[in-house]
Amino acid sequence: MQPSSNLSAPRTTARRALVAVAAGTLVLGAAACGSSSDTGSGGGTGGAAAGGDTVGIALITKDSTNPFFVAMQKGAQAEAAKNNVDLTIASGAKDGDEQGQVQAIENAIAAGDKGILITPNGPGVNASIKKARDAGLFVIALDTPPDPADTVDITFATDNFKAGELIGQWANKTLAGKKATIALLDLFNDKVVSVDYNRDQGFLTGMGIDTKDKQKNGDEDKTGTYAGGDYAIACNEPTQGSEDGGRTAMENCLTNTPDINVVYTINEPAAVGAYNALKAAGKEKNAIIVSVDGGCAGVKSVKDGIIGATAQQYPLKMATLGMEAIAKIARGGEKPTTSEGLDFFNTGVALVTDKPVDGVESITSDAASKICWG
Amino acid sequence: MTAGTSAAAAELARRRHSPLQRVQHLLHGYPWISPLVILVLTMVVFTIVNPRFSNPSALSLLIQQTAVIACLAIGQTLIILTAGIDLSVGAIVILSMMVMAKLAVENGVPAPLALLIGIALGVGAGALNGLLVTRVNLPPFIVTLGTLSIFTAIALLYSGSKSFQNNELPDLLNWTGTSFPVGPFRLTVGVVIVLVLYAIVGFALSQTAWGQHVYAVGDDPEAARLAGIASKRVLLSVYVVAGLVYGIGAWVLIGRAGAASPNAITDANLQSITAVVIGGTSLFGGRGRLIGTLIGALIVQAFYVGLSLARVDQQYRLLAVGVLVIVAVAIDQWIRKVKS
Repeated sequence: MQPSSNLSAPRTTARRALVAVAAGTLVLGAAACGSSSDTGSGGGTGGAAAGGDTVGIALITKDSTNPFFVAMQKGAQAEAAKNNVDLTIASGAKDGDEQGQVQAIENAIAAGDKGILITPNGPGVNASIKKARDAGLFVIALDTPPDPADTVDITFATDNFKAGELIGQWANKTLAGKKATIALLDLFNDKVVSVDYNRDQGFLTGMGIDTKDKQKNGDEDKTGTYAGGDYAIACNEPTQGSEDGGRTAMENCLTNTPDINVVYTINEPAAVGAYNALKAAGKEKNAIIVSVDGGCAGVKSVKDGIIGATAQQYPLKMATLGMEAIAKIARGGEKPTTSEGLDFFNTGVALVTDKPVDGVESITSDAASKICWG
Repeated sequence: MTAGTSAAAAELARRRHSPLQRVQHLLHGYPWISPLVILVLTMVVFTIVNPRFSNPSALSLLIQQTAVIACLAIGQTLIILTAGIDLSVGAIVILSMMVMAKLAVENGVPAPLALLIGIALGVGAGALNGLLVTRVNLPPFIVTLGTLSIFTAIALLYSGSKSFQNNELPDLLNWTGTSFPVGPFRLTVGVVIVLVLYAIVGFALSQTAWGQHVYAVGDDPEAARLAGIASKRVLLSVYVVAGLVYGIGAWVLIGRAGAASPNAITDANLQSITAVVIGGTSLFGGRGRLIGTLIGALIVQAFYVGLSLARVDQQYRLLAVGVLVIVAVAIDQWIRKVKS
């Protein structure tokens, strides 16, 4: 359960990487400075801070460009003062940069922080997380559980499989028994990430289609029956989670299969791209588009009728709840526990649509626009 | 000397060369022939695999999908012809695009003015690269590696990583995405703009003194200087023209993507360089034709579409493109050994 938007840009470019490196260095530098003074004043005690004391927490995101993480950082910053938290923000140079995160973790340990909130970029940070926990820091993964999940104390994340299931159920009911010709516009096809298969396979499960291996996109039968009738899967295409990627992917799907009427998209920018491809082909009325994310732009697309339904997630909540949890523990409180039936703390997901169907709970785009991110 | 004898002499000269040497000479004179052969072969093979590949509608999409990278590759070709390289192309495009969009949407700047400011910014960015290369004497690789980060940072800071969708943008900015029928095909305004750019820059390169100077500077800047060419001024002009092309490319991209998003065209730098190299332009400067770049860009996209229609794993596209790059550079090296 990576963020969606990472979706937006995981294949980030060298240009971004460099920027992030530069920015990261500055942030880290600042963090290091701030921290040493921290340990000087309050540190040295080593034990839990007394109630009301300032608690040092580091928020380490995958990158600082993806709107999803930017929302997370801003949300945490806004809430930090309220909880009397001294928040340090750092990130990898780009999505996938483990080394940058390792340095940020080391800085947090050196700074005497009480806890770390991290969206891990990969297994390369596991050893450093362990070091941090050995040093007494409480580590919470946000959005993306590490592998193995017990590397961290707990994960606060969106249930991406559930998010996919919701839009699948909605598509199933909306089709009302018609034959489904499905385009699956995924994130990648050159690497396997959990958000990608969880959403895709969740969607198919919601439609009532047997996905076989739930951690593998594209291994399901290409034709068969879903809950309401017959289905055919027209394509699995990668979009990189961007508008232009979504458009090109949809164009290629339509060339092979002109009568596609259900379009699953990994995130909302890809959905907008798919819509533009359908529109250029004069087919935007024939197909329903579903997506995941709930960014403000995506919610607006639902209102405009471009996206039929989207599943909204809450990055701000991940960051603020995570921060509150660490502050509480540092002041002697209880540790958070995982949600029932899951191996993480579920920060929730809601179906956003203006065409609600029976049996699938949803909120309107107006309601969603009040709690959207980005 | 009569026409007859000179023809006989030419015939005699031809006989002295082996068939291979003749191919070598032909490619030396027309470096875009090898990519053209590859493009035709690619299209024939993919059509056999899936006849839909050569449907007019599919070919129309192929052209539309290629337009943005083909556009950026014009600027890249100019710079590579001078033995330089531009790593900042993607960053300049994103910067121009975000400025156009944000000015028009959030600051209420009239669309034509926002467009012009965006394009002007592309020109300015190109000029900055050019000044650093010519006045500070830094290698183009280093200059554009630096400005890649700088322009990206400015674009992200300025836009706040926010994207603008086409229903928020003024019609003028979306205009490049408007499509119209041409016989059985559908082209977009953006495609036409890119083709016009190819025609103009191609003409300037092959038919004007400026074009000859670009080749001369790329071949040997010192010799060009001794021949009385203002090498540095020519070099600067190349970066400025490239910046102008990128600025226009940003406009084409908005129409194509249906949005102005800082996450667009993530692989623009490498894709534009790949198109230029596969198109037969020498990375060592001074040799190549712009038309080859267009063919190179089409080859790369044809692999993408063709493999998708053949339902083959996309990793083979990467593999194929990698092989093509190596082959193209190897052919270039071989042609360079031609005996004049």
